[in-house]
This record gives sequence, structure tokens and C-alpha cells, in this order.
Amino acid sequence: MLDATDAHVVVEGLVKIYGDRTILHGVDMTIGRAETLVVIGGSGAGKSTLVRHLIALERPTRGRIVIDGTDISSLNDVQLAKARRRFGMVFQKYALFDSMTVFDNVAFPLREQTKLSEKDIREKAMIKLKELGVDHAATLTPAQISGGMAKRVGIARALVMEPELLIYDEPTSGLDPVTSRTVDALIEEMRERFGVTSVVITHDMVSAFDIADRIAMLIKGRIVAQGSPAEVLAVDHTDVQAFIRSSGVDVKRFENRGNRKTAAELAEKARARKADRAG
Amino acid sequence: MSGDEAPKPTGFIASIVAPVKSVFEEIGILADLAFRAVFWGVRPPYRVPLVVAQLEFVGVQSVFLVGLVGLFTGMVFAVQTVYGFRRFGAENMVGGVVALTLSREMAPVLTAIMVAARAGSGMAAELGNMRSSEQIDALETMAVNPVQYLVVPRILAGLVMVPVLALIFFLVGVGGSWAIGVWGLSLDPGIFADRIKTMIVPSDIRQGLIKALVFGFTVTLISCRHGYFASGGAVGVGQATTRAVVWSVVAVFLLDYLITSMLTEV
Repeated sequence: MLDATDAHVVVEGLVKIYGDRTILHGVDMTIGRAETLVVIGGSGAGKSTLVRHLIALERPTRGRIVIDGTDISSLNDVQLAKARRRFGMVFQKYALFDSMTVFDNVAFPLREQTKLSEKDIREKAMIKLKELGVDHAATLTPAQISGGMAKRVGIARALVMEPELLIYDEPTSGLDPVTSRTVDALIEEMRERFGVTSVVITHDMVSAFDIADRIAMLIKGRIVAQGSPAEVLAVDHTDVQAFIRSSGVDVKRFENRGNRKTAAELAEKARARKADRAG
Repeated sequence: MSGDEAPKPTGFIASIVAPVKSVFEEIGILADLAFRAVFWGVRPPYRVPLVVAQLEFVGVQSVFLVGLVGLFTGMVFAVQTVYGFRRFGAENMVGGVVALTLSREMAPVLTAIMVAARAGSGMAAELGNMRSSEQIDALETMAVNPVQYLVVPRILAGLVMVPVLALIFFLVGVGGSWAIGVWGLSLDPGIFADRIKTMIVPSDIRQGLIKALVFGFTVTLISCRHGYFASGGAVGVGQATTRAVVWSVVAVFLLDYLITSMLTEV
């Protein structure tokens, strides 16, 4: 279990009811600083609803979401807007603004949330677009680019502010396997370079076992398994085993992830970066 | 079976209660959105370029359409009024009566309906698409209040441009009725103009402008409401667009009666 001081996000007894449908039945989870938590589960399990709560796009029916010691479900709109500057989200349907060019989409959060000069904004946005290999599309509109490119632009937009908490809603869905692995590498890179805490929703089990520090499995609005990839693999639960085995993933993969830095090492880095920013 | 009969009263009561409840719910949603629009409208940052873009969309792009409708409305009223008034030799009054009808009723009401059909439907479709493609959520996660960014500029544009368009409608309409009356139906141009001057008082124009202001606010608020809270993908966006136009038009007629009865001493 995580030490309370290392916890970046704490979800306590989260219940979400729409009308007469209960989507989440009391979810409890803790996400450590600089940790990558992958949420897996079948369609309609409540994964998207869960992450929408983490960024306060939904308010809980019951329960709390505490980020950096603040219960974000109790904040008003103005306080929330301030808190959200530290979050980033990669949307499943890209969510690019179709009235703007690709470049303006990536520059948008910088223009809205910083006082950087237009020259610095241009530089930062172009660097991100280049890192994701979509800099050649900067002047095009979202309607003129492919789905895979739009996904990468969406990721560039979420990363450009270098947030402390990044939420990815199916970041590799609709991408070819090679690009999917590039996205995985990027999620890893964000964690290693900036000590970013990541929550990733995915159906892509290769991705899940590649990038997860911990995996949480959600079935019908309940967390049925939570722990390191090895722990989740060992869980004696029919649905969990069926889900993992049927995905056909090579479960040995996660054992060969090389000299991956631990969340604790990276958390130190993240704290230093935060102190730097505050200074 | 007695068990089958038992739910009937409940069903009957529910069939009466449900629509009433939904009307109150709808008013609540609109009032909440209006409150949020005012709350975020007075807070910086003031997004001038977005307001200008909406002024252009709601106002400038509607000028031709509103002018065209105004022209034909004025012409039709001239013909019909001459036909009616000739029966008792009162065709000299045509100019004044047409101008009175246009200023107090036709200009604000028909302008608001044209804006609902042209700009309101566009707003609902655009915001609905933004909702279903998660663009509104994206704005929120980037610490940009979507009501301030999307709804406020549209309502402001409605407040400013519908009165301006109604004034254009009125002027073009009077011009159209003059052209038909004088050139087509041989009315005396001097008397036509004189009757307009004597019959139209500032309160007539004021009533028209007050109506246009209220309609501008209502049409854009209702259109934004249906787009902003749209759900259900392409079908949902289509339904939101239809509802935006239908409810805007219904609201315009309802408010028209209420404002008329408040501002008119009979």
C-alpha cells in the first residue's frame, strides 16, 4: 500500500448513479506520485466515468476524489479551473477544436494558461508536434488529417503544458501497432523525464503490461483486482483471468522491461520540479 | 385482473404531471445557464475576438436574409392593407398602419424567427457537435470555462444584433410598402409619409426594440442550451437542432404576447 505522502490521487468510496443506473459502486483507489496506473476492463465497465471524475468532468454521487490533498469534488468552478491547470487529458475521440489548425490546437493551452510570448508558444508547440511526428501537419485543420494523426495531435496538446497528472482515455485505440508503441514510449518518457503521474484507460493489453506500474481492473463498476502487473496476473478471479488470457498478450513481457525507474525515484524528481515551479 | 387496473390512475396522473414537470425542469435548466452566462460574462478574460466572430455570424450574415424578408413583408402588408382599407375609403392610413405593425410586431418577431432558423440552428448544431466530440470537455480540462468561451459570445451577439436587424427589417419593410403603395397602388407619396410621421411615436420603436432585445437573448440562450447539453451522437445533435429552432420560435410568440400586454395600454 502507498504511503499517504506519496499518494497523488486518492479515490474514496466513489459512487456514481445516473437516474436509476449505478455506474460505479464504491471505487477505492490510490495513485502514487509519478506512478502509471492502467485501468482495464470491458466496455461499459465504468472506466471512462471513473477517469472523468478524476478531472472533475463529473461530480460523484457519493465519495471523494482527493488530488494533492484537495478534495476536487467540493471545489467551485473558479477553484476547479485553477486546479485543472495541473492536469492534462488525452481524449478518446481526440477532442481537437475543428475551428482551429493543428498548431493552434496545441498552442491553445499555452495561450490560455500562460503569459508566454507568441514566439515562445510557437517554439514549444512545434517541439511537441515534432516529438509526435505531426509537425508537417501544423497548418492543416483536424478535418484534413487522419485519425491516427489526430490522436497524436491530441496527445501533443495534453503534453504541451507538462502537467503533473495526465489522464489518457484509450490513447492507442485506432492506432496501428507501431504508432501504438510510440505512444507507449511517450507515456513512459513523460513519466521518466518529468515524473508525471499517469492514469491510462486501455483495452490494449500489450500497452497495459508495457507501461503499468500498477493495474486496476474494473468490472461492472467495481474494482476487482488492483496491484502490480504480476499481482494482477496472479489474482484468482475468473473474469480477470479470462480478460487477460483472451487478450493473447505475452504476460512475460512486463518482466523484461529493463532498468525502468521506480515510481519512488521519479516522485522525488516530480517534487523537485514542483518546488522549482513554485519558486 | 385487478392488478392490471391499479397502475392506471398513476399512469394517468403521470401523463399529466410528467409534461408539467419537464416544462419546469426546462425553465430551471435555462435559468441556470442564463445565470452562468451572466456570471462568466462579467468575469475576465473578455474574449473580444470570439464576440466579434459571433456578431458577424448572427448579425452581418443575416442582414441580406432579414432585409429580404422585411422587404416582402412590407410589400405584402401594403397590398393587404390597401385592399382592406379601400372598403371604407381609408387607404390614406396605409403608410401609418403598416409602419405601426412593422415596428411593434413584425420586425422584432420575424427577425427573431429568421435568426432562430439561421443562426440558432447553426449554434445548436455546432455546440452539439462539440459536445459529442468531447471538445467542450477538452475546454474544461484546459481550465477554460466553456460557458464563458462558447455561450457568452453567442448570447451577447444575439442581444446586440437582433435589435439592429429588427431596425433594418423595419426600415426595409417601410421602404417596400412605400414602393408598392406609391408606385403599384397609386397612393399619394406625401400622405403616405405624413401618416407614418404622425402615427409612429417613439414608444412604438421602443417597444419593437425591447422585444428584439428580449428575443435576441431568448433565441440564443435556447439555441445554446440545446447544443451545449446535446447527447446521443449524430441523432442527438439533429434533435438538438430541431428543438432549438422549435422552442425558440414558441418562446418568441409567448414572450411577444407577454411583452405586448405589459407595454401596451389599450
